[in-house]
Amino acid sequence: MRTSVHTSEAMARRLAKRRAAERRFRAYGIVAITLAILALATLFTSIVGNGYTAFQQTYIALEVTYDPEVLGLGEARDPKALSGANYPGLVKKTMRDMFPDVKGRKDKRALYGIVSSGAAFMIRERLLADPGLVGRTERIRVPADDDIDMLVKGHIDRQVPEAERRVKDNQIGWVETLEEAGRIERRFNTAFFTAGDSREPELAGIRGAAVGSLYALLVTLALSFPIGVAAAVYLEEFAPTNRLTDLIEVNINNLAAVPSIIFGLLGLSIFINFFGLPRSAPLVGGLVLTLMTLPTIIIASRAALKSVPPSIREAALGMGASKMQTITHHVLPLAMPGMLTGTIIGMAQALGESAPLLMIGMVAFIVDIPGGPLDPSTVLPVQIFLWADSPERAFVERTSAAIMVLLAFLITMNALAVVLRRRFERRW
Amino acid sequence: MKRTIILAAVATAFAAPVQARDYISIVGSSTVYPFVTVVAEQFGKTTDFKTPKIESTGSGGGLKLFCAGVGVEHPDVANASRRIKASEVEKCASNGVNEVIEVKIGYDGIVFANSRKSDPVRITREQIFLALAKDVPDPNGGETLVPNPYMKWSEIDPSLPDTKIEVLGPPPTSGTRDAFAELGLEGGCKAIDWIRAMKKSDRRKYRATCHTVREDGGYVEAGENDNLIVQKLDANPAAFGVFGYSFLDQNSDRIQGSVVDGMEPTFENIAAQDYPISRALYFYVKKAHVGAIPGVEEFLAEFTSDKAWGEEGYLADKGMIPMPDDERMKFADDVKNLANLSL
Repeated sequence: MRTSVHTSEAMARRLAKRRAAERRFRAYGIVAITLAILALATLFTSIVGNGYTAFQQTYIALEVTYDPEVLGLGEARDPKALSGANYPGLVKKTMRDMFPDVKGRKDKRALYGIVSSGAAFMIRERLLADPGLVGRTERIRVPADDDIDMLVKGHIDRQVPEAERRVKDNQIGWVETLEEAGRIERRFNTAFFTAGDSREPELAGIRGAAVGSLYALLVTLALSFPIGVAAAVYLEEFAPTNRLTDLIEVNINNLAAVPSIIFGLLGLSIFINFFGLPRSAPLVGGLVLTLMTLPTIIIASRAALKSVPPSIREAALGMGASKMQTITHHVLPLAMPGMLTGTIIGMAQALGESAPLLMIGMVAFIVDIPGGPLDPSTVLPVQIFLWADSPERAFVERTSAAIMVLLAFLITMNALAVVLRRRFERRW
Repeated sequence: MKRTIILAAVATAFAAPVQARDYISIVGSSTVYPFVTVVAEQFGKTTDFKTPKIESTGSGGGLKLFCAGVGVEHPDVANASRRIKASEVEKCASNGVNEVIEVKIGYDGIVFANSRKSDPVRITREQIFLALAKDVPDPNGGETLVPNPYMKWSEIDPSLPDTKIEVLGPPPTSGTRDAFAELGLEGGCKAIDWIRAMKKSDRRKYRATCHTVREDGGYVEAGENDNLIVQKLDANPAAFGVFGYSFLDQNSDRIQGSVVDGMEPTFENIAAQDYPISRALYFYVKKAHVGAIPGVEEFLAEFTSDKAWGEEGYLADKGMIPMPDDERMKFADDVKNLANLSL
């Protein structure tokens, strides 16, 4: 039996108001999510829009005659003579032969500027690998200079007055001639993935930084995972509850929120100044990142251990297992997926970190690919920082491309964490 | 068990680094960084030595590391966008770094630029000072300082644009800012007679007046990243920016340098030292490391060769302004003889 209170007009108004409030409440959530997605989409479109062209590089096909006269080789063919031969001269000669009408010092300089200074090194590598080529002619592709690359990709406006752009009219003319002859090609930019850093954008690559990141992360993983798990197991399974463990717990939670640059300062004063480890080494970087990721891993591992129901432990103990057997045979395997997830997320954080590495000298120009954790090296986020600060226009797209590579790594790692959780997590 | 493994790992890690270094270690100014890296790369590719490692730490930070001592754990070369200070030389000496070779490598101009979407501007250093200083002489006359009242350029001089004063420049940690304050702001502030007279009577007040930049939004600290300033100028045609010449050189299709004191910021004017806001770039070499670290001599030879720092060398291509011939010869000689620094 309905009372009039439930059917009255006042009630209907109250009901309408309540429903409207609920709709608004839901709308707030949707607006929040839309904003987040929009921000993310803007970020991605601007990075991808700026960066996708960096995966291609303009190449110029040259007809190179490995003339021993031009190379200054004479009769010598031994590696030492080949290593020190005049390769820039050979590149210049090739360019002059292609455009025989170019006269005057200034024009010639402009002509030589079309091809990358890396062309000479490429030819050197080729001849060192196969000295039999001397005296022969062959068509090879060499990278174009970064300014020409920008021109071909349309980042330099051909319409603005000549004085205001870096590529001059005569250079544009030569490039157009080469384009008509089919000598200009845009190909996949392999150098970007195989080369170390360079001050010439067309020769610069992320391999050095990626290898540096790898070494630093290996050190971090090797140290922070065992230490983190051991600390979590002790705190969760063995430690008595007293003031001391409370204090430790508060400190661990606190450390997780400390700005990462502080860890860099700590690393500088302990590992470099006190222990005398070399600056710029991935080993030190890894140690610093270990300090930074440890709290994350400990907290995640403790949560994973906590989620293992006490009944498992009691059952194991009841069957006569020792405390250690209980932990190693039952609790740890059950908690492992959660621990791994925490570790992967900690590693992803460490991969994206640059601030603590500023203090320990990893913000450096390093061309050679590091061969071990003691060689000087840099890491991916630092490489991005360095390129973003370079004056050359072509580094703008390379910066974005490096960000894309870093994001790809981060997404993969985080996806792995999600997959692990989905597959192995057990609900009780 | 785990602990012994970790202890062993840490122990071996700490025992390993006490070994010779086979690459050159360079630290210092972020202004010199784009030039010295080019030389290092060229050096690494054309010789059998490893490519030097170059850290961008800023001039002051670099010299601090450089002066910390002699030995493989300390850098061999420090770059600076200003000359080494007497206090730094003393610090060096107290740590055993007695013999230092000074090499001037060239010049760098600091430009005052805006977007090409706006009209080019002719400005004097005095006008720059009036626009950017925290306290300026009272516009109503008299020898008193008042908080900067100018909000628009045209209030300073009718020939300047009728837009809000908005200048993007480097933060105080930057060497570019030091040089800009010293050459640009102080240069303009000296043009006012009674302030110049203050230099003798009250040196500290003079410095504070000439070097302190306004904090009411007229001068925006845009970070150390000059590229960012260029992009912001492109987006905001009414604003001006302060940065190194190499960025103007690389982006001349987007931005234009203002004419300062009647001089255009061109390669030729900076090289002739006619352009008023330009500074010298240096690097310092630890003599004790020459011969001890492989390749130092050869690296110096590469740097001081004409194909690097000459008038048509590859450093000039990157935007560095070379020194005149005789100055270049002098410093090349100093390097050859490993001549000691004398302030």
